[in-house]
Amino acid sequence: MNEQQQTLWQFMQQQSGKLQEQTLQHIGLTFISLCIAVLVGLPLGIFIVRKKQLSGLVLGIAGVLQTIPSIALLGFMIPLLGIGPKPAIVALLLYALLPIIRNTYTGILGVDTAVKEAAVAMGMSKWQILFKVELPLAMPVIFAGIRTATVINVGVATLASLIAAGGLGEFIFGGISLNNTNMILAGAIPSALLAIIFDLLLSMVQKISFKKLKRVVYVFPVLLILLCLFYIVPAKSEGKLTAGFTPEFMGRQDGDLGLRSKYGLKIHTIVISDAVMYKAAFEKHLDVISGYSTDGRLKAYDLVVLDDDKHIFPPYYAAPIVRDDILKKFPDLEPTLNLLAGKINDSVMTVLNYRTDYLHQSPERVAKDFLVANKLWRAERGGSDGVVRIGSKIFGEQYILANIYSMLIKGYTDHDVSTKTGLGGTKICFDALTNNQIDFYPEYTGTGLLAILQASPKTVNEVTVNRDSTYNYVQRQFESKYQIKWLKPIGFNNAYALMMRQQQAKQLGIKTISNLKQFLDKK
Amino acid sequence: MIKVDNVSKHFGGVKAVDGVSFDVADQENLILLGTSGCGKTTTLKMINRLIEPTSGAIYIDGKNIMEQPPEALRRGIGYVLQNNGLFPHHTVAQNIAVVPNLLKWDKQKTEKRTAELMEKLHLDASYLDVYPNELSGGQQQRIGLARALVSDPPVLLMDEPFGALDNVTRSKIHAEFKALDELKRKTIIMVTHDVQEAFELGDRICLMDKGKIIQSGTPAQLLFNPVNDFVKDFLKHQRLQLEFKAIKLTDLWELLPELNKEAKASSFNAGSNLWETLESFKFNNGETVNISKDQNESKTVSFEQLMSAFYHYKNHQAHE
Ligand SMILES: Nc1ncnc2c1ncn2[C@@H]1O[C@H](COP(=O)(O)OP(=O)(O)OP(=O)(O)O)[C@@H](O)[C@H]1O
Ligand SMILES: [Mg+2]
Repeated sequence: MNEQQQTLWQFMQQQSGKLQEQTLQHIGLTFISLCIAVLVGLPLGIFIVRKKQLSGLVLGIAGVLQTIPSIALLGFMIPLLGIGPKPAIVALLLYALLPIIRNTYTGILGVDTAVKEAAVAMGMSKWQILFKVELPLAMPVIFAGIRTATVINVGVATLASLIAAGGLGEFIFGGISLNNTNMILAGAIPSALLAIIFDLLLSMVQKISFKKLKRVVYVFPVLLILLCLFYIVPAKSEGKLTAGFTPEFMGRQDGDLGLRSKYGLKIHTIVISDAVMYKAAFEKHLDVISGYSTDGRLKAYDLVVLDDDKHIFPPYYAAPIVRDDILKKFPDLEPTLNLLAGKINDSVMTVLNYRTDYLHQSPERVAKDFLVANKLWRAERGGSDGVVRIGSKIFGEQYILANIYSMLIKGYTDHDVSTKTGLGGTKICFDALTNNQIDFYPEYTGTGLLAILQASPKTVNEVTVNRDSTYNYVQRQFESKYQIKWLKPIGFNNAYALMMRQQQAKQLGIKTISNLKQFLDKK
Repeated sequence: MIKVDNVSKHFGGVKAVDGVSFDVADQENLILLGTSGCGKTTTLKMINRLIEPTSGAIYIDGKNIMEQPPEALRRGIGYVLQNNGLFPHHTVAQNIAVVPNLLKWDKQKTEKRTAELMEKLHLDASYLDVYPNELSGGQQQRIGLARALVSDPPVLLMDEPFGALDNVTRSKIHAEFKALDELKRKTIIMVTHDVQEAFELGDRICLMDKGKIIQSGTPAQLLFNPVNDFVKDFLKHQRLQLEFKAIKLTDLWELLPELNKEAKASSFNAGSNLWETLESFKFNNGETVNISKDQNESKTVSFEQLMSAFYHYKNHQAHE
């Protein structure tokens, strides 16, 4: 416990510059959007008090906006506003709108009718009544709305990091991807503290008596604007290419760190979520992104992978891994699974992923089409000589592979098949295999090396020089440690990759990461 | 001064006010009396255009109120609400200063006038910086009155101004109300459902039912010459007290003995009602009160003589 705390503290000290920058960005993002939300929401709330027939519509729209999942809302923003602070602020603003409009509306309607009538009877005009009676009396309710909006905004602002707008989300999501608890806490604790502090301060403002209200009404906007200034908009360099990397990629040796140390690549980089990165590249908000080389979105968005000519990305060749006892029990299993060896290269796998992930075709159909096209398809024999249990992780590519293997076994052997797909991450799948709950599943050499064997950096350096040395190393280690056999690789390499838009890459003559570096240095 | 001419107000199918007409003379105190829901408030609010009539016309000083900008009209009419409607976010001083500020008075004039009113309404100057919720109901009601009076408007509209007060406070405020010189100069229309209050404060009364005026006249006219059973029934309760309140000393003048002792006793103006006068007796031996009429005439009478005059007056009314 003590050690944990200390290391968190150390991490925060070590990253204090970044932490401070992110915190200020976070505050800035929260309050810029809050300011605009007040500027938009307050008049809108007043407007629907005057035009009650529109109140249902306006509150309804603001309510619907708030039910859109934040990440989806951010996604919608990209085609309209690109990436960076603009869409983030707009998204936050839309979330903050409902509590402000609603509380302005109910606050004004809630003012004692006798008081309003007295104001009218004394000969005050509509505007005098609004500014001298209705707004001051509705102020506690309006402040409650602003308070709610602030707390919502502090929370949602963590997501701003996913579309390159900065904030404490950079630590949180980077930490989640890298499984780095200290990094997560370094982002989560300050953002929780911000929420608590702002909530507390605003609750004090809310309870303030009418005597002091006047002063607060003047001080509050000034304070809001000051807080907005914290947001130092991430500078965008002109003319050069912009890269968007996931938080995970940013923190990995076989990611951004390697790109800098081995290639000496210096590119203007922003942090962005995997969910919106490909689309942002397609829409020319980003030029270079970090992705997976067999991702279906490569094809969907017409991107091309840059050749990793200095081999910083460890190979992630896929191959079925099978327990030795099963290979003995079903001698015909190994040749059957090996029917697929070398049959699927990167571009074929990308197309198959594209069909399931983007065209939403079923993995069965994609698997069968593939086997038929490659003349591997055979009708089911309907055998009952024991059951082979296939596992798969929880994403499209693994589903397709599990289906292909199932069809091969049923067509080429007399065994029956049961599949356990969707086994979460690597750890769950591998534990199921070693605990005799499944018999085999497709695994990647890089994952075997880094996640399962947890090889030392030195070993990683040595064995990742090429495809075969990695494969040979994990094969040997798995055999001796776990009595599990790596069968022949299927062919494709689902590794990290840098990618660009096909057209731009062609136009600039960039084929490899070294090309990219030369291009950037030239300019 | 104020002329209400065949005014109606319909809310959808509800005829809240149905063809009401009455006149209010300058400096007169007219009471709109009636049971709950008979349309008193609606009638009152049409006079300062808080509610627009469905049909009919209202004139103040001969000018149709519909032809004046409502804000300007309202700034010339004081309005006192049942639950006072003070601004909770303003101090007492700020509340009273609302209309002066709208009329762009300078600060000194407002302060001077406020101080004057506070004194007349028996409110301590230390209340000026206090918020309304720190005051008692009676004090709030007085601030509401001060707010309505501050710009000295010729017309005052009051909607059950004393409705929320307990009986003791209410009769105290009634006495102050009648004694306040500011109010004597004003044309007042006051709404109430309290018959005693109407008889105590009203020069004339409009008795309303279901949106219509059933009878209008002086308290004595309503009491002794009711137009129908509704009026009679309405005034049935505590009738003797009403009679005492309805009858003024001037009404009895001829029936009182010519005697002027100028004894050391309490004095009444002949315009006072019989109730106030009787109430002042402490029942000592040979006690009398002085009644003065038109400056030069005066009479000194005992309790028994007053009661005897009342008896004769009533007899006379009954045989007319
Ligand atoms: N804004 C309105 N909309 C619809 N109906 C109304 C409205 N205001 C008043 N009414 C109706 O008009 C009628 C007269 O109402 P009003 O308030 O004038 O009565 P009132 O004599 O002042 O009664 P109270 O002594 O209870 O105050 C009632 O039946 C009431 O329901
Ligand atoms: Mg009323």
